[in-house]
Amino acid sequence: MTKKGYYGEYGGQFVPELLMPAINEVTEAFNKYKEDPIFNHELKDLFDNYANRPSMLYYARNMSKDLGGAQIYLKREDLNHTGAHKINNVLGQALIAKRMGKTRLIAETGAGQHGVATATAAALFGMEAEIFMGKEDTERQALNVYRMELLGAKVHAVTTGTQVLKDAVNATFQDWTKRIDDTFYVLGSAVGPHPFPEMVKYFQSIISEEARSQFLEQTGRLPDAVLAAVGGGSNAIGAFAKFIDDPEVELIGIEAAGKGVNTQQTAATMALGTTGIFHGMKSQFLQSADGQIDPVYSISAGLDYPGIGPEHAYLKDINRAKYVPITDEEAVEAFEYIAKKEGIIAAIESAHAVAYAMKIAPKMRKDQQIMVNLSGRGDKDVAAIARYKGVDIHE
Amino acid sequence: MNDIIQALKHKNAFIGFTVAGYPDFEKSAKYIVDMANAGADLIEVGIAFSDPSADGPTIMNADQKVLAKGTTTEDVFRLMTEVRKHTNVPLVFLTYTNPVFKYGYEKFLSKMKSLNIQGIIMPDMPLEEQEVFLNIAQQYGRAFIQLVTLQSGNRLAKIVSHASGFIYVVSSLGITGSQNELSNEADKIVTSIKELTDIPVAVGFGITTYDQAKLFSSADAIIVGSALVRIIEEHPDDATIYLIEFIQKMKGARNATNQND
Repeated sequence: MTKKGYYGEYGGQFVPELLMPAINEVTEAFNKYKEDPIFNHELKDLFDNYANRPSMLYYARNMSKDLGGAQIYLKREDLNHTGAHKINNVLGQALIAKRMGKTRLIAETGAGQHGVATATAAALFGMEAEIFMGKEDTERQALNVYRMELLGAKVHAVTTGTQVLKDAVNATFQDWTKRIDDTFYVLGSAVGPHPFPEMVKYFQSIISEEARSQFLEQTGRLPDAVLAAVGGGSNAIGAFAKFIDDPEVELIGIEAAGKGVNTQQTAATMALGTTGIFHGMKSQFLQSADGQIDPVYSISAGLDYPGIGPEHAYLKDINRAKYVPITDEEAVEAFEYIAKKEGIIAAIESAHAVAYAMKIAPKMRKDQQIMVNLSGRGDKDVAAIARYKGVDIHE
Repeated sequence: MNDIIQALKHKNAFIGFTVAGYPDFEKSAKYIVDMANAGADLIEVGIAFSDPSADGPTIMNADQKVLAKGTTTEDVFRLMTEVRKHTNVPLVFLTYTNPVFKYGYEKFLSKMKSLNIQGIIMPDMPLEEQEVFLNIAQQYGRAFIQLVTLQSGNRLAKIVSHASGFIYVVSSLGITGSQNELSNEADKIVTSIKELTDIPVAVGFGITTYDQAKLFSSADAIIVGSALVRIIEEHPDDATIYLIEFIQKMKGARNATNQND
């Protein structure tokens, strides 16, 4: 990081004055507790004994053989408690909130995984939770809404704007301005004003910290490429973090092309975006020439976000990471492929990364190895995939 | 910038707000002129943004309608050209950082200067991120309106030291504050600002009624936004007489408050 909270030209703290005291309070707490051995010990205990860490690095023998090129390893974040990488960040932030004396957690959610994780942490720590979710997403992911309610959270369906993830972020920030004294905003992705991108990376880095030593232990060397899906970019930054200083490891973020980068129905920020300032940060955004934020689309409620975390924008600028689009169709094909080949129902978000592995593995040598970050499990997506395939199922 | 100070200082002033292009180009231009003629001492012109997260539902709704018509930043400048044919009332833009950033800070400020738009408010550009913009604004002699909240605390002195035009006190206490409590807290902040600077101080956020307009007695001006936009929304054919009546009533409330000044 260069200037405080900046990655190259990206990052910053573009939030209303009303929120700055709260943001400064969070920054101070994060800086204090990340250096605190007792805090880190407590977090590790939660990771190991509550969240089921470390997650496995699984050699996908069938896929590797079938694709006939590079060896494929899956980092099984889908096996974490609550079914996705989101729990890593939530436990960290909720623990900070608890230390700060906050009693209420608020969060945005797209696919619902981050909302479920936040509701879970709130239940565990005896805190209140209110989750903001675009109305369209509450319909696409109705099961996760009920899951959050079971865990004791209140879910607000956001009806402003495009009624998806970006609007949920707006609504959560707005709620925070109304009630900062007892409330902590648990931001789920590596986006937003400083310190959130740095904090989310800090807690998600456990993914690559584990993967790095698992690779060395299982194969004696590092992977040639690390693949992860990107919406805002939290699982990707976590999967990349401890490999950034290893130039021999190629880092590839896979974004949601929706119906294709040549259509209006896409969320491919890196392929089509321009520099802008939104949601508290300077980064890349899908927007009009006038700086109006575009409506975006993807089959995945977790990836249809019109921006990307500032560190990703920076990693692309300095050519340390590359970002590629995968369409709905390719992701659904990968969703079915990995289910049939490996017996794993992956989240549709993660299926985007699997789809890109299917593209590049056959072109690579057999002595090369790819890590795919399997960021979440796909139970939540089964009904939506059935709808996409035109299958009529009744629950 | 001096125009703003002269318009507000010790004037029991009234600042009105509307969204550029709402409900359409012609009416929007006319209403801004009407508001000036009715006695508004300064008018904030909102440039619609797709995600106006610091605004309430009334303004959010107006923004969406304006954008749905395809209104561009250039259209807003055309509107200002039209308005400037009829009034010299001080005008400031209120918008979010991104539309200004995309237009180009320098190009935008130069355009403001040529149209005699005296200042700009961008609620999502706090002290921490202002340096670049402030330097260019200064070169073009445009005021950058600083926002102060009841929670600004030890940030107050630094914010005030960067202020120009007027200082906008956001009087929102969130969901907990009663009206009188709000007024007392805001008056305290206004008094501490006045110990630091001669720049006029305006209070706004949620002021809609005559009785509320009588509060905030230590401020040089009150700012009314949503209530005016709502009047326009409720009278789609012609809101002129309602706007004039409302502004005159609110001005009356201010004069009743500050008779002793």
